[in-house]
Amino acid sequence: MSTPSKAAPKVEHPTVEALRMFLRNPSAIAGMLMLFVVLAVSIAGPWVFPADPFEIKAAPLTPPFTEDAWLGTDYLGRDVLTTLIYGGRATLLVGAVAALLSVAIGITLGAFAGYYGGRVDALLMRITEFFQVLPALLFAMVVVTLFSPSLVTVTLAIGIVSWTGTARLTRAEFMKYRGLEFVRAERAIGARHARIIWKVILPNALPPLIVSATLAIGAAVLFEAGLSFLGLGDPNQMSWGLMIGSSRQYVLSCWWAVAFPGAAIFVTVLAVSLIGDGLNDALNPKLRER
Amino acid sequence: MNAARALLSRLLQGLALVLAVVVLNFVLVHAAPGDPVETIAGASGGMSPELMAELRTQYGLDKPLVVQLGVYLGKVLRGDLGYSYFFNLPVLAMIGERVPATLLLVLSAVISAFLIGTTLGVLSSRKPNGALSQFITVLSMVGFAAPVFWMGIMLVILFASIFPILPVSGMRAADSSGGGFKDALDVLHHLVLPTLTLGLVYLAQYSRLARSSMLDVLGSDFIRTARAKGLADRVVLYKHALRNALLPVVTVLGLQFGNVMAGAILVETVFNWPGLGRLAFESVLRRDYPTILGVLLFSSVVVIVMNLLTDLAYRLIDPRIKAS
Repeated sequence: MSTPSKAAPKVEHPTVEALRMFLRNPSAIAGMLMLFVVLAVSIAGPWVFPADPFEIKAAPLTPPFTEDAWLGTDYLGRDVLTTLIYGGRATLLVGAVAALLSVAIGITLGAFAGYYGGRVDALLMRITEFFQVLPALLFAMVVVTLFSPSLVTVTLAIGIVSWTGTARLTRAEFMKYRGLEFVRAERAIGARHARIIWKVILPNALPPLIVSATLAIGAAVLFEAGLSFLGLGDPNQMSWGLMIGSSRQYVLSCWWAVAFPGAAIFVTVLAVSLIGDGLNDALNPKLRER
Repeated sequence: MNAARALLSRLLQGLALVLAVVVLNFVLVHAAPGDPVETIAGASGGMSPELMAELRTQYGLDKPLVVQLGVYLGKVLRGDLGYSYFFNLPVLAMIGERVPATLLLVLSAVISAFLIGTTLGVLSSRKPNGALSQFITVLSMVGFAAPVFWMGIMLVILFASIFPILPVSGMRAADSSGGGFKDALDVLHHLVLPTLTLGLVYLAQYSRLARSSMLDVLGSDFIRTARAKGLADRVVLYKHALRNALLPVVTVLGLQFGNVMAGAILVETVFNWPGLGRLAFESVLRRDYPTILGVLLFSSVVVIVMNLLTDLAYRLIDPRIKAS
């Protein structure tokens, strides 16, 4: 054993170390930049270019790269560029809130199941199994149709069907930690269950959960796009999926009305999953050799 | 004996899940605003209040909810999923008619993705940082991030206007008369693009999973032992490593059938493939509740059965798994 020298390297706080590793990862940075552009355009765009995405701007089927419409118009004459700027709002909002909802449900149920074990675990796992068995997209389609499509119903439907993975992951993490010494010590000094769950175990279980939450955003964005492609999004909100779905029958005369909104979805989800991968490398360094 | 008991308890759990889905169906329909009669009235363009009341009695909607639930459960257990509002045909028969097309599409996509994905994964594991490995990384990123319906439509554009060699819609040519070798060829021809679209999604997952699973196994002790014994590289790779590395891939393959419906709905919609997913989509547009709830129930039962079979297969493959 070597004796520690006086000039031992300063031990970094794990969060700082993870952050530094994340910022040194070129693909994670690329993901951040892409996401920044998407967010900036979607949030600031409508202020900079006030327009109605449903409005007819030029002759129908105007090809892209012309003066009237830079990215062309669809079969009704709606401007594809305007759709691109406005269509991200619904998708990103629904994606973010639905992911938040699914992560909140998943962490809560998973934490209770993993911490209490026994009957609570058995009951919660049966519920999780039930939701895993339901075909997610089909179930969301049923819910949205029965309760009429709006931003709220779409968000709720996506959140309700997509929490099971997070719940299982959280449960496994909690089962790992609940018998460990520092948790037992808390219990010995009489800490309440709520404190042990949220203040003691959860912070330790966070790294893999953060990664899974990031990926949940990507999945929720794709889910929203799929629903609005099928015509089950909020009909009063222009979105990328809606643009693709409504131009589907005319693709052979206006490929641009499908290609550009789809590319926007692709770039958004790609950005989020690059960030997720970068976080995974930074937060779970043991897995990095993969 | 123990294994039989474990199997029986899994079976009972599966049955309970089916019942739960049936109850959920019932609750959903009754929690939604409006009742089925109003929907039918809306679909048929107006109806007198007397007729609506009569229909309510006929459908048993005037009885207490618990009684209605009992009646519904009894019907479902007898295989009666009700009648489509739109076609006035038994829902079960409509589903049965659509199953073969979806089965054909899903199986061809999953099987070809499994074969190609495993091959790519194994080949790339020999050089963890080689070109093939990088290709798989990119492929899995694209396969996850690109919306499957968008990829499908882009393929339609490509093959309809630039290389018109593959049909982009439907399952048979319009002038096709059913049956025979020619018909089978025609269906296969129509199958290529939907399979390619749906298969890409799975290919992305399988190749990445097979690669990381192979790398995992190749780093373990028994592989080092096999190499130390002087076994040929080929033997170590295919006889020792691959068999073990396939386990997680097979698990995912089995559980995948749970998520297959989402892909089927989107891809069948893009390519007008006459399967279950397209039936679900059309029924949603028509607000044909009995049909869409029937499809939901049917797909859930398929998932439950597939999970049971995966569980069973896994017990057979891997004796370490005991009844849990």
